[in-house]
Amino acid sequence: MKVKDFNFTYAGVQEPSLKQINLPIEKNKITALIGPSGCGKSTLLRAMNRIHDLYPGNQYQGEINLYGKSEKSNILELTKENDLIELRQQVGMIFQKPTPFPMSIFDNVAYGLKLAGLKDKDELEAKVHKALQDAAIWKETKDRLHSSALGLSGGQQQRLCIARAVALKPDVLLFDEPTSALDPISTGAIEELISTLKEEVSVVIVTHNMQQASRLSDYTAFMYLGDLIEYDKTETIFMNPAQKLTEDYITGRFG
Amino acid sequence: MNRLILNKIVLLLSTLSAVIGIGFLFWILITLSYKGISSLSLSTFTNDLVEGGIRNLLVGQFTMALLASFIAIPIGMFAGIWLREYSNNSRLANVIRNLSDIMMSAPSIVIGVFVYALFVAPFGGYNGFAGVIALTIMMIPIIINTTDNMLSLVPKELREAGIALGGSKHKIIVQIVIKAAKVGITTGILLSFARIIGETAPLLFTSANSQFFTMDLTEQFPSLTVSIYNLATYPDEASRNLAWAASFVLTIIVLIINLMGRYMTRNKK
Repeated sequence: MKVKDFNFTYAGVQEPSLKQINLPIEKNKITALIGPSGCGKSTLLRAMNRIHDLYPGNQYQGEINLYGKSEKSNILELTKENDLIELRQQVGMIFQKPTPFPMSIFDNVAYGLKLAGLKDKDELEAKVHKALQDAAIWKETKDRLHSSALGLSGGQQQRLCIARAVALKPDVLLFDEPTSALDPISTGAIEELISTLKEEVSVVIVTHNMQQASRLSDYTAFMYLGDLIEYDKTETIFMNPAQKLTEDYITGRFG
Repeated sequence: MNRLILNKIVLLLSTLSAVIGIGFLFWILITLSYKGISSLSLSTFTNDLVEGGIRNLLVGQFTMALLASFIAIPIGMFAGIWLREYSNNSRLANVIRNLSDIMMSAPSIVIGVFVYALFVAPFGGYNGFAGVIALTIMMIPIIINTTDNMLSLVPKELREAGIALGGSKHKIIVQIVIKAAKVGITTGILLSFARIIGETAPLLFTSANSQFFTMDLTEQFPSLTVSIYNLATYPDEASRNLAWAASFVLTIIVLIINLMGRYMTRNKK
């Protein structure tokens, strides 16, 4: 993906929340978006799968180009419902709060596949099993696939959401503070999971936990008040930041 | 010291108030049960009003309530769903929401008068259809309100997660959101049914009452609540006893429905 001169204004607000963002998302790498609250990192993430469309009146400017299986396309120009659905099948999202659907574990993971039109029972079963394995939750769920997903613990629910997303074999996975609602053990499990996922997908992760960003990511983008202040390899950002603002944030002088 | 005394006084006053309030409640329930049960017999349930029973009244009241439900539930639910999921809180949506809330507190007798003017007078007499319409008018705002509220309790992240998987808006609403709010919405419907089955004023001059067993909605239609209203003031003791019996049965019915609602929303952990 490549974000180019991207501006974003929320409905009813005068000032843009994102200003002239230029940012590459490298293939099969983990890119972290960090910055203090309100800097726009979640706003940027949510633009990448056009989920802002749920709330009318927002304005985009610029381009977000997706280099998918076909040629590149500016996802901001998509207007047809079917194109947007296809986009979201290629760019998956996991939220801060685990969001299991009120159905069985199996149906949760199969949901996206069924939406995509998959009907063959055997194929569905195979893909669901594979997704649960890829999300490192197979052992805990294989004997209770048809019980309600709401019976799982928080960390398990979040891994279920990840399984749900990877079942569609997306090109990009967007994580919006995926572990901030979880305990440290679950956090560790999910971080481990995310680092294995990058072999198959490109990952963008928003986090306000800098240790997490430095542990997990290959590239880091530091944002502040709607601007992209600095983008570089993670070691550089954390060891040798070019901007003073970045350094102040990293060292905890504000944020 | 002063604070301790003040605390004791307030504690005493609140306890006293609670005792008085609950005392009256128990007094009503005990009187109702005593008077009601002593007037009950098998014939109360096998006879119609003309023979000193309440069979036709029970059937009549349930029939009108059920018919009202068939109309009110779809309208109320669709309106509630539109309000919460599709309207984006537009000005029109908020106007509708406020109107619906106002209608919920509208005096039921006013609704009765309204339906009388539209569906009784022009048609030459009391009829069961008018009673159904009056009950429907009362039921719709309640269902709109509970559906709207129950759907608002579903976290927005759930909808976003559905969209993020490539779902279209209506699929998400039906397959995920409504399912998540299923218990609350059902309970709301159940409680609105309990409410209208106990209403009297909307039926007083719409479907009025009938002594006989009938399923003909074009005529006056039997009603348990209107009967209680009538019987309670008749001079003869038999009528008054029947009024107690009918009141007791009605209270039990409403109690059972309410308990069903509580059972459905019980904490499962």
